[in-house]
Amino acid sequence: MSEAPAAPRTASADRAREEGIGLLVQPPRPRAGWRVLPARVLAMCAVELQKLRHDRTELYTRAVQPALWLLIFGQTFTRIKAIPTQGIPYVDYLAPGIIAQSAMFIAIFYGIQIIWERDAGILNKLLVTPTPRSALITGKAFAAGVKSLIQAVVVIVIAALLGVALTWNPLKLLGVAAVVVLGSAFFSCLSMTIAGVVLSRDRLMGFGQAITMPLFFGSNALYPVSVMPGWLQAVSKVNPLSYQVDALRGLLLGTPDHLALDFAVLLVAAALGIAAASSLLGRLAR
Amino acid sequence: MTRDADQAVACTRLVYAFGETTAVDGLDLTVAKGEVFGLLGPNGAGKTTAIRCITTLLPVPARMVRVFGRDAAKDAMAVRRLLGYVPQQLSADASLTGRENVALFARVFDVPRKERAERVGQALTAVDLTDAADRLAGTYSGGMVRRLELAQALVSAPRLLILDEPTIGLDPIARTGVWEHINAVRAATGMTVLVTTHYMDEADQYCDRVGLMHHGRIRALGTPAELREGLGERRRAAGAAATDPLPTLEDVFRDIAGSGLDEKSGDFRDVRSTRRTANRVG
Ligand SMILES: Nc1ncnc2c1ncn2[C@@H]1O[C@H](COP(=O)(O)OP(=O)(O)OP(=O)(O)O)[C@@H](O)[C@H]1O
Ligand SMILES: [Mg+2]
Repeated sequence: MSEAPAAPRTASADRAREEGIGLLVQPPRPRAGWRVLPARVLAMCAVELQKLRHDRTELYTRAVQPALWLLIFGQTFTRIKAIPTQGIPYVDYLAPGIIAQSAMFIAIFYGIQIIWERDAGILNKLLVTPTPRSALITGKAFAAGVKSLIQAVVVIVIAALLGVALTWNPLKLLGVAAVVVLGSAFFSCLSMTIAGVVLSRDRLMGFGQAITMPLFFGSNALYPVSVMPGWLQAVSKVNPLSYQVDALRGLLLGTPDHLALDFAVLLVAAALGIAAASSLLGRLAR
Repeated sequence: MTRDADQAVACTRLVYAFGETTAVDGLDLTVAKGEVFGLLGPNGAGKTTAIRCITTLLPVPARMVRVFGRDAAKDAMAVRRLLGYVPQQLSADASLTGRENVALFARVFDVPRKERAERVGQALTAVDLTDAADRLAGTYSGGMVRRLELAQALVSAPRLLILDEPTIGLDPIARTGVWEHINAVRAATGMTVLVTTHYMDEADQYCDRVGLMHHGRIRALGTPAELREGLGERRRAAGAAATDPLPTLEDVFRDIAGSGLDEKSGDFRDVRSTRRTANRVG
């Protein structure tokens, strides 16, 4: 078969060295096999962190909503004692739900972002690099995870300030980080999948609004599944957010949980999300 | 196979349709290794679509597109490793610095960490952006964004640089700047360049060969001088006086594409997308 294109002539390589651009003559040695995916994921996460470093406004503005939920909704319902929370204060019960909610809101934004990147030509350029589509999507999914993680830290700090008794066990906190990243990976892929179907930002905005609220209210973030009407319980059963909240509650508060099931559901959901979003990414490039 | 690998690009009867619109309609095109090839043609001729087929962005059947002998359909990843691509619209990430924009491409092309900073620095040097490298790209002028995109494309040492209207919307000085940087790097690395442009003076000055596209196909092919002389001869044969001024490349363009906007070329969408690019520059 065709061998690699011949290396450039040495005369021009010499010239390049003289001009101080000698490295631009030699293509980098390609990574192969399993090494490609982690490298691309790291690249996408690095970009996300760089953006956050340049502009922290989003970090602050996004802290407002969870703070209000905990402060107003949490404090008020703690007094009313209307929701059965197995003996813990309602604001404690609510905190893991709000962590999951704010992570989901961040992740849902990724579909809009990828359409914006398509419109701006950035996505096209990335698709012309040796990056498999699934690696690009996985990278974006983990970038969403990193951003959600930072948000989760903010919410945990707010909750701690409000006197919520959270665990400080480092192993459990590591588990919390994993749950937040997996959940965000799923929700960002869900939104990138919808982006691949609807292809336009306006339509996606509508979809985003239409699904986030049902996902949130159709989960155990605000109240236990047992108080829901039957049909809502069914929604909650297939809603990954419920499993995420269940795991977060178990890890952070020590309430009874189903960690193995929760992790399994979140892993499978994230994997399916990545597969679906990757297979539709080509539509965005056309 | 070896002959194939001597050609940077080989398109054989390339066809691509968007639903009803056949944007590329049986394009035969070869770009020789090391040359600067200009793809010219009116709005809507299919230049961008052809380029997007070559860059593997649009799916094509096997054996229609080869880049250095590698099939774009079967070996897309290998093709992408050989390419640097600057799309028609301005596409640097405004919320990253110039350096970070280039570093991202160094990362996704597997530049090892210990070499990355230096290679990114060299790419920025090559386009004269060292001083502005640590500013957000959102603060760059149009000419600077184009040069930044050039640095992004060059950081992986591509064997084939594909530029879709690299100078659209730029002032004459910025245009010359972009071309000078392309030529300097090309002289230093021996890479092949495939470029589209609407500026005939640029094509005449900087391209070794040009192909004039219209309705999805190449209608004229040769060095700029050959095309100019060819038209001059045809005009003399048709009875033009020998004293008439020699035709320019623009005359060749008008001769082939016709004047004014006909129905198929230059529809609203094309003009709008061209304008959008120009606006983003301004
Ligand atoms: N994504 C798309 N969907 C539908 N039609 C498209 C799409 N992209 C291009 N076309 C159509 O394909 C034809 C060729 O377009 P193309 O962008 O390749 O032309 P071009 O030669 O690059 O024009 P310009 O000089 O304006 O950039 C046009 O008729 C255009 O309207
Ligand atoms: Mg075009």
